[in-house]
Amino acid sequence: MAAQRTVAVASASGLHARPAKLFVQEAARLGVPVTVRLGEKAVPARSMLGVLSLGAVQGTVVTLEAPDGPGAEEALDALVALLSRDLDAEEALDA
Amino acid sequence: MPDGTGQVTTHGGGRLSGLGVSQGRAAGPLVRMAEPPRLPGPRPVTDPDAEAAAVVKALEAVTADLTRRAAAARSPAPAPVETAGGTTGDGARAGTADDTDDTDVAARAGAEAAEILEALAMIADDPMLREEAESRARGGQDAAHALDAAFTGHRETLAALGGYLAERAADLDDLRHRAVAAVLGLPMPGLPAPGHPYVLAAADLSPADTAGLGPDVLALVTERGGPTSHTAILARARGLPAVVACPAIADVPDGTLVGVDGATGEVTVGLTREQAAEVVARDREERARLAASAGPGRTADGHPVRLLLNVGSAADLRPGAEGVGLFRTEFLFLGRRQPPSRQEQVTAYAEVFGRAGGPVIVRTLDAGTDKPLPFLGLPEEPNPALGVRGLRVDRVRPGVLDDQLAAIAEAARATGADVRVMAPMVTTVAEAAGFAARARAAGLARAGVMVEVPAAALRAAALLREVDFLSVGTNDLAQYAFAADRQHPGLADLLDPRQPALLELVGMCARAGREAGKQVGVCGEAAGDPAVAPLLVGLGVTSLSMAPSCVPLVREALAGLTLAECEERAAAALG
Repeated sequence: MAAQRTVAVASASGLHARPAKLFVQEAARLGVPVTVRLGEKAVPARSMLGVLSLGAVQGTVVTLEAPDGPGAEEALDALVALLSRDLDAEEALDA
Repeated sequence: MPDGTGQVTTHGGGRLSGLGVSQGRAAGPLVRMAEPPRLPGPRPVTDPDAEAAAVVKALEAVTADLTRRAAAARSPAPAPVETAGGTTGDGARAGTADDTDDTDVAARAGAEAAEILEALAMIADDPMLREEAESRARGGQDAAHALDAAFTGHRETLAALGGYLAERAADLDDLRHRAVAAVLGLPMPGLPAPGHPYVLAAADLSPADTAGLGPDVLALVTERGGPTSHTAILARARGLPAVVACPAIADVPDGTLVGVDGATGEVTVGLTREQAAEVVARDREERARLAASAGPGRTADGHPVRLLLNVGSAADLRPGAEGVGLFRTEFLFLGRRQPPSRQEQVTAYAEVFGRAGGPVIVRTLDAGTDKPLPFLGLPEEPNPALGVRGLRVDRVRPGVLDDQLAAIAEAARATGADVRVMAPMVTTVAEAAGFAARARAAGLARAGVMVEVPAAALRAAALLREVDFLSVGTNDLAQYAFAADRQHPGLADLLDPRQPALLELVGMCARAGREAGKQVGVCGEAAGDPAVAPLLVGLGVTSLSMAPSCVPLVREALAGLTLAECEERAAAALG
């Protein structure tokens, strides 16, 4: 069994640019092997090229999966929370 | 440096000449930007595991290098040292009165550069990329070709996705060059980071290279490039001395102490430390003298010539100017998938209007297929310079201009500033009349157009019956008058603003302005050149708009000549 969540990408620029960087950084930090699935395509959340290649724009619904194990649920929750925020707007605030 | 000791070489000696494109003098050790490596022919592999290990090591080296650069960009090096003569390998450019303002700008630019470098480091560290390159190496490819193939595969994936991601494909090319250089034991391409102030030499600089220039770069010398290239424009904006079209710089070894004069285009090779210190001291004196200059522009006999600023945002504003002659609004639109909202535009415009200290001329969105804006969704064109650009974008996306005019009018009302608008790339009288009508309908009383194509200059008098002023964009006007690409390395002579045909076109506009009693300004790079500005004034131009760092020199150049002398010089230049 694997833990699973679906979430709509909230950032205005989609899963590109700064939001993608923050997402991949967080996935690497969490240390749980998370997969991002969009339709037929599944890529490691730790791969910047993989995440970019999904071409996810604002509103795209993606599925996050992690093999059951310690920290899996928490890691997915953290990544879902990140994707649910408009990271572009936050960028504008601290610029 | 070739000998690895950091010693300054006093090789040769002599003077090289290029095209001075950004005023000021500097001296320091030369450091060359490495070219992208050439991929050698495939090599037979005897130990696939060793190749795979080499692949991993190269990617780690690239990641580490980019991470280090990102950290350096976040906490910029201390200001350039005081003298060029003190210790080995240093050099300096004198500080200017703008230093305090520049610190903010530099910090922001540094944070932006750091973000970009961190994202690049993450791609170099990408597990998918690494695994693919490793597996190719295990399969028998040599390390360099395994890396090259892995990058190429991902590049094509991104390019196929289009839009923003297609633009990122260029990042993968850059990373591939770095990884291949690392695995071949060649110097890392891209900007050097020698750990001390230096004069940067390069074949040419891309816009990305110039954007990443750190505070340790004292001056630029390139083998190619012209007066209107991105390198030249950026160097002027930063007040960095620059010489382009200087092919002989290729033969000067790294570490040689050189002096750069961005006014004359002269590069002195093989200075002693004392001579370098002298150059720096003279530059500091000159800048201090110019920084003290103030007041409105006028000739020696009091003929007024308004000196205005070219700005991209409020950060570019400088006190003491007589207003803004060219407010470029593109920055708000770059990299967007959706146009900026009305409110966002109003806020950004109002920030400039409120702090300009004089009238502001806003150029409406100047875009087109050579300056791609993803949200416009413009189709590809075979010849972008002759395509849908400037005001022509309005033919296919009319809402964008009306939204922008409404936002400009709202910001003008909110700040009470004297705001005028002008359209880029206007070609016919009908276009000018249409633009003016829409600006006035939006509540903007004063509308003008840019003269950037010979057709508009030829019809200057008729254009002025429809609009309130003209502003001549000399860079594009030269490009179109001489059929010479602004970026073409070999055509700099055709793009020289002293070319009589270009001056003739400017003169036609100025004459039409005088007859109509309306303002005709120049906002191209020529306006900021102290050798060309008097010619433009002699032709009858009423205002000059330029990079803020150019204002003092142009003010001084005009103050040294009477109007009659400017007219004589213009007549002589027209031959």
